[in-house]
Amino acid sequence: MNRMSWFNAVSLTLGFAFLYIPMVILVIFSFNESKLVTVWAGFSTKWYGELLQNDAFLNAAWVTLKVAVFSSTLATVLGTIAAYVLVRGGRFMGRTLFSGMIYAPLVMPEVITGLSLLLLFIGIGLDRGVFTIVLAHTTFSMCYVSVVVSSRLVTFDRSLEEAALDLGCSASEAFRLVTLPIIAPAVISGWLLAFTLSLDDLVIASFTSGPSATTLPIKIFSAVRLGVSPEINALSTIMISIVTVGVITASLVTKHQVAKQKREEMEAVRS
Amino acid sequence: MNTSAFEPWNDPEAKPLIHFQNVTKRYGEFTAIDNLTIDIYEREFYALLGPSGCGKTTLMRMLAGFETPTEGTIHLAGQDIAPVPPNKRAVNMMFQSYALFPHLSVWENIAFGLKREKMPKHDIGDRVEEMLRLTRLEKFARRKPHQISGGQRQRVALARSLAKHPKLLLLDEPLGALDKKLRQETQFELMDIQEKTGTTFVIVTHDQEEAMTVASRVAVMDHGKIIQVATPDRIYETPNSVYVADFIGDVNLIEGTAKPNGSDVYAMSWHEGHAPLAVQSPNGFSDGQKCHLAIRPEKVSISADKPETADNAVQGKILDIAYLGNISTYHVELPTGAVIKAQAANTRRIARRAFTWEDTVWLSWTATAGVLLAE
Repeated sequence: MNRMSWFNAVSLTLGFAFLYIPMVILVIFSFNESKLVTVWAGFSTKWYGELLQNDAFLNAAWVTLKVAVFSSTLATVLGTIAAYVLVRGGRFMGRTLFSGMIYAPLVMPEVITGLSLLLLFIGIGLDRGVFTIVLAHTTFSMCYVSVVVSSRLVTFDRSLEEAALDLGCSASEAFRLVTLPIIAPAVISGWLLAFTLSLDDLVIASFTSGPSATTLPIKIFSAVRLGVSPEINALSTIMISIVTVGVITASLVTKHQVAKQKREEMEAVRS
Repeated sequence: MNTSAFEPWNDPEAKPLIHFQNVTKRYGEFTAIDNLTIDIYEREFYALLGPSGCGKTTLMRMLAGFETPTEGTIHLAGQDIAPVPPNKRAVNMMFQSYALFPHLSVWENIAFGLKREKMPKHDIGDRVEEMLRLTRLEKFARRKPHQISGGQRQRVALARSLAKHPKLLLLDEPLGALDKKLRQETQFELMDIQEKTGTTFVIVTHDQEEAMTVASRVAVMDHGKIIQVATPDRIYETPNSVYVADFIGDVNLIEGTAKPNGSDVYAMSWHEGHAPLAVQSPNGFSDGQKCHLAIRPEKVSISADKPETADNAVQGKILDIAYLGNISTYHVELPTGAVIKAQAANTRRIARRAFTWEDTVWLSWTATAGVLLAE
C-alpha cells in the first residue's frame, strides 16, 4: 500500500475533525459531574441515571419510536407500489407528471410540507396526535422509499418476471414470489431510510403534533431553549451509540455477505 | 419412400402442432412480423434463424404469450391461443439470460412451475429428481444459481422449462452465453434431450452452425418474413434466394444472364470473352433473364493445369490464402476482377503445399455443383 502524502493526511484529519469534534465534545460532557454544561467537574454517569427517571423524555422516546415504525412501514408499502407502477406500468396518461410529482417532496421545503399538512388536518377536523404525525411522516418519506426502490427496479431483469408468468404465476404471484424477494434489500434500505428520517424530523412533527403526543426531537428542542442540560447530552450520547452500532453492524453484515458470494462464485467456476 | 424418416411436413395428412395464419405484428410504424404463415409439427426441432431485428424473437414471444399479433391467428394443437395468457399456456420458454430465480436453489427453481400447478408434494419431488437426472445436475440440487457455472445454469434453465411437460418448448438463443466448446457439446445434449422427451422445440438463434446442427427444419427470416423453410441440407445445397445462399455459410455469387440449353440445363454468360458456364437448375429461367450462380467454395476444385473433363473451368491468380488447419480457402482473382473462393482439404503438410500467392491456377466445377438463383 502506498504511504499517504502529507497533503492527504492533513485534509483527512481536518475533514474528520470538522465532522466529529462537536459530537465528541457532546459525548465527553455527557459524563460531566457538574450541572453546568461547559465546565468540567469530574467524571460521572449520574445524568444517565436521571434520564431514566425522566418520564417526559421516556414518553417522547416511545412516541418517536412508534411514529417511526408505523410511518416507515406505511411509507415502504406505498413507496414500493408507486415505484413499481412508475417503472413497470408502461406508458399511461400523465406518467411523466406523476413521476415528477412523486419526487417533488424531496426538494420541497419542510416548512411548507408541515404547514400544508397542518392546514389539511385542521380543515378535515382531525385531532392532532400520534396518528397525524404518522400520516405526515409517511407523506414525506414515501418518496425517498420510492426513489430507492425504483432505482433497483430499473436494473431488475424483466425476464425473471416473464419466467414466473411462463411457469404459471398470475401477475400478483409473480410479484410476491419473484420480484419482491429479489428487490427485498432495496425495500429494506428504503424502510431504514424512512425510519431514520422519521426519527430525527423536527419541523414537520412540530407542525403536526398535538398536546397529547410529543416526539423526542421536539422535546429536546424545547428543553434546549430553556438551557442545555447534561441530561440532554446523555440522551444524545445514547442516540449516537445506537446509530453507530447500527451502522457498523449493517456494514459488517454486508461485507460478510459480499465476501461469501464472491467465494461461492469462485468455487462455482472451479467446479 | 423411406417411411422411417421424420418428415411430417411432407405428409399431407399430418396436422401441425402450431399454425400461424397470416400473422402480422406492428409496433407503431415498424412491422416486426409481416403477413407470415407457417406450420410447425409435433416432435420437430424447429430453428428460427436470422440477423438481429428480423422478427424471430417477436415470433417466439407471440408463442409464449408475451406479445399478441396485430393481425392473423396462431393455433396451438387446433386451438386459437390469442386469448390465453402466458401462465395458462402449455408452452414453456427458456430465456436467453436463463432468468433463474436467484433467491431459490436449483431444486426450488425446477419445482417452481410444478408448485403453481398444485401438484402433490411427493409428485413434485419425483419430477424434480427426474429432471435433475436428465440434465445431470443431481449434485447441485441444493446450490443457488450463483454457486454453479454457466453451463450448469443453462441446464437448470432447461430442466425448469421442461419440468411441466410443455407441448412446446421455446428456446431463445439458449447457448449464446456459453463458450464455443461447451456450446458444441450442449448442442448434442439438447438434441438428445429433445429426442428423449419427445417435446416440440422451437429455437431462436442467429448462429447458423447451431441451427444446422440441432434443427430438423430451419426457417431463415429477414425483415419479418420467412425467406425459406427447409431441412438443413436443403437450405445449404438448394437455397431459394441469394439472401439465403449468402446468409448460410460461405458462397461465391457470379452474376450473368441465363440461356436455356436443354431441359433444366442452362448456359450462363457472365463475362465478355469468357465461355458461358454450364449449370443445371430446377428453377426455370427464360432466355436472357438475369440470374446469379451460387456455388459453395468446397465445390470448386483448384489445380495447376486445366482439367480435361470439367464442365466449367476458369483461370485466375491466387490473391490470398486463409489457412484454417484442416482446410485452406484460396481467394482467386479472375482476369475479370471477380474473386472466387475455393476450398481444399490440407491433405499434405503446409510446407509441401502445391500453391502459393501469385500462382496462376485453374478453378473448375461441375454443372450440378451450383444453383442458379433469380435476383
